[in-house]
Amino acid sequence: MTKYTSDRLNVLFAKLRSKSASALGIFITAGDPDFDTSLKIMEGLPEEGADMIEFGMPFSDPMADGPAIQASSKRALEAGGSLKKTLDMVKLFREKNNFTPIILMGYYNPIYNFGIQKFLTEVIKAGADGLIVVDLPPEEDEELCIPAKECNLPFVRLTAPTTSNQRLTTVLQNATGFIYYVSITGITGTKDVPVELVTHAVENLKEHSNLPIAVGFGIKTRKHVEQVTRIADAAIVGSEVVNAIANSLDADGKAKPETIQTTLSLVRDLAAGVRGK
Amino acid sequence: MSYKEIANTLRNAPDENGHFGIFGGQYVAETLMPLIIEVCNAWRASKNDPSFWSELEYYRKHYIGRPSPLYLAGRLTEHFNGAKLYFKRDELNHTGAHKINNVMGQALIARRMGKTKIIAETGAGQHGVATATACALFNLECEVFMGAEDVKRQKPNVDRMRLLGAKIHPVTSGSSTLKDAMNEALRYWVSKAETHFYIIGTVAGPHPYPEMVRDFQCVIGEETKEQIMAAEGRLPDTLVACIGGGSNAIGLFHPFLDDDVKIIGVEAAGHGVETGLHAASLTGGRPGILHGNRTYLLQNEDGQITEAHSISAGLDYPGIGPEHSWLFENGRVDYVCATDQEALEAFALCSRLEGIIPALEPAHALAYIATIIKTLPKNHIIVMNMCGRGDKDLEAVLPLLEKMGKL
Repeated sequence: MTKYTSDRLNVLFAKLRSKSASALGIFITAGDPDFDTSLKIMEGLPEEGADMIEFGMPFSDPMADGPAIQASSKRALEAGGSLKKTLDMVKLFREKNNFTPIILMGYYNPIYNFGIQKFLTEVIKAGADGLIVVDLPPEEDEELCIPAKECNLPFVRLTAPTTSNQRLTTVLQNATGFIYYVSITGITGTKDVPVELVTHAVENLKEHSNLPIAVGFGIKTRKHVEQVTRIADAAIVGSEVVNAIANSLDADGKAKPETIQTTLSLVRDLAAGVRGK
Repeated sequence: MSYKEIANTLRNAPDENGHFGIFGGQYVAETLMPLIIEVCNAWRASKNDPSFWSELEYYRKHYIGRPSPLYLAGRLTEHFNGAKLYFKRDELNHTGAHKINNVMGQALIARRMGKTKIIAETGAGQHGVATATACALFNLECEVFMGAEDVKRQKPNVDRMRLLGAKIHPVTSGSSTLKDAMNEALRYWVSKAETHFYIIGTVAGPHPYPEMVRDFQCVIGEETKEQIMAAEGRLPDTLVACIGGGSNAIGLFHPFLDDDVKIIGVEAAGHGVETGLHAASLTGGRPGILHGNRTYLLQNEDGQITEAHSISAGLDYPGIGPEHSWLFENGRVDYVCATDQEALEAFALCSRLEGIIPALEPAHALAYIATIIKTLPKNHIIVMNMCGRGDKDLEAVLPLLEKMGKL
């Protein structure tokens, strides 16, 4: 069995905690709007201030995502994106960058279809650092969470405003890497992050776990990043970033020369809001 | 291995986590889990409460119009000159299909939970109409998610829902059909957890839906059992029903799973399974995870869900209820399919010979029966679930029948 040994997430959060700083996580979908453009955006992210990359594995039926990420998934698939190509991109990224953690985010069916052990082996070989699989709650831990744990590969859990403390115990049982707090009741990119509620929720989570806490869903502006990173260990921005990609495309939905730069300059602006930067 | 060697009974599934063998389960985002657990608890409490079932029985009898008749289709039997064919007449239910059996049960649970607003997804619109009907009856707000393509194709049902007071959300994401309507309904539900109950229309979705919907539809098979005993003094030899998600079929089949009865489910072969343009998840798909459960799905080599194709909007779904996947793999039920063309011919035949205009969905079941009935002996009894009436399909069907010279 291939084991994960890189530990990039722990290294990142240990370093940031020692400086009382927080992280910016940026979500993009692998292959949006096409393989080459997407890879160049990905490669440019660390320099613009992204501390970790949430790398979306495109899926035809992204049940927990709002219109922006649905559209980005669709663009990636239409441009020939697949799970295999997602892993190829991770591999290519690692040829030039060996420190930025990459968390693969997606839905279970393409993984199940790929084969669990093969998937875990390929993920570790490619150089990814953790998994977020949206439609695998603790009730289905035997599927992937436990096998990932056996390989030492972090399996990140989502919690939400609707997660009771009783439920939280179940959710955190096999959680590793960090905790992803979904700040709104709803889907990605729809409402604005409710900062006050998030403050209470993060405090509550800290009482239940020593894992770093990242907040996502509804973080759209530099101001949001500023507010959230004051409270949590990381802020994750997704919909705004893929919207920037969408808005930069030509009428046929193809990348224009400025697509990469427009997207990266948004990230630079967001990064300016991060605590400790 | 035959199904008889698998277990003493096939009627105990799912287990408490909603698994039918490897199928079923609860594959949803954590944001949805608290809602699902709440539904699980409410269902468990209602299921064990005799007053719940007697309340449902009241509406079954006085509002839906149950029991539905078991009718000997005499002229079709004569026409085929083989086995004896009975129809379970669920198209005679209020709103014209079996869907109301399930909706009435879930609406009563929603009321017990104190929910005031209802969400539903619909493809052809039959489940949407049934839900809008129950909501009007119980003074619940109703919001129906329907693919934008289906809104165009199924205007009469859209009009009925609006008249009944439902709000329609046309869904333009993905392919703008049933699977996308279900995605969108689930997304919406997450944001309205406090007030809304989601009435799923078929035996799919996360646990407890496949079990709960089945138990509400089992009234079909339970009545059939009593009625056939009264009419023939014995159980039927063969049961046949069409399958999209599979709620009408499981409702007929489940009470007979432990009996010595041959059971056949008919999927929609569209233009033919070999063309790739079909909705036959078992015949042409493989196991995967969608809409909260593991089941057979139409998908490409990368695990992306592909489009289903069927002339019948009610069968036009790339998945199937997890219990059917289980009954398929353990061999208890035979799953076959019928094409658009075969269903159209059965649609015309049934209208002319029985004076019953079937929905396109059960026309698939009849189309398959037509291929086996002639060679079966005269004392062989077949029961088919006539799960819906065909008025809703006329606009789509009539031009095609005209072309075929059947009008």
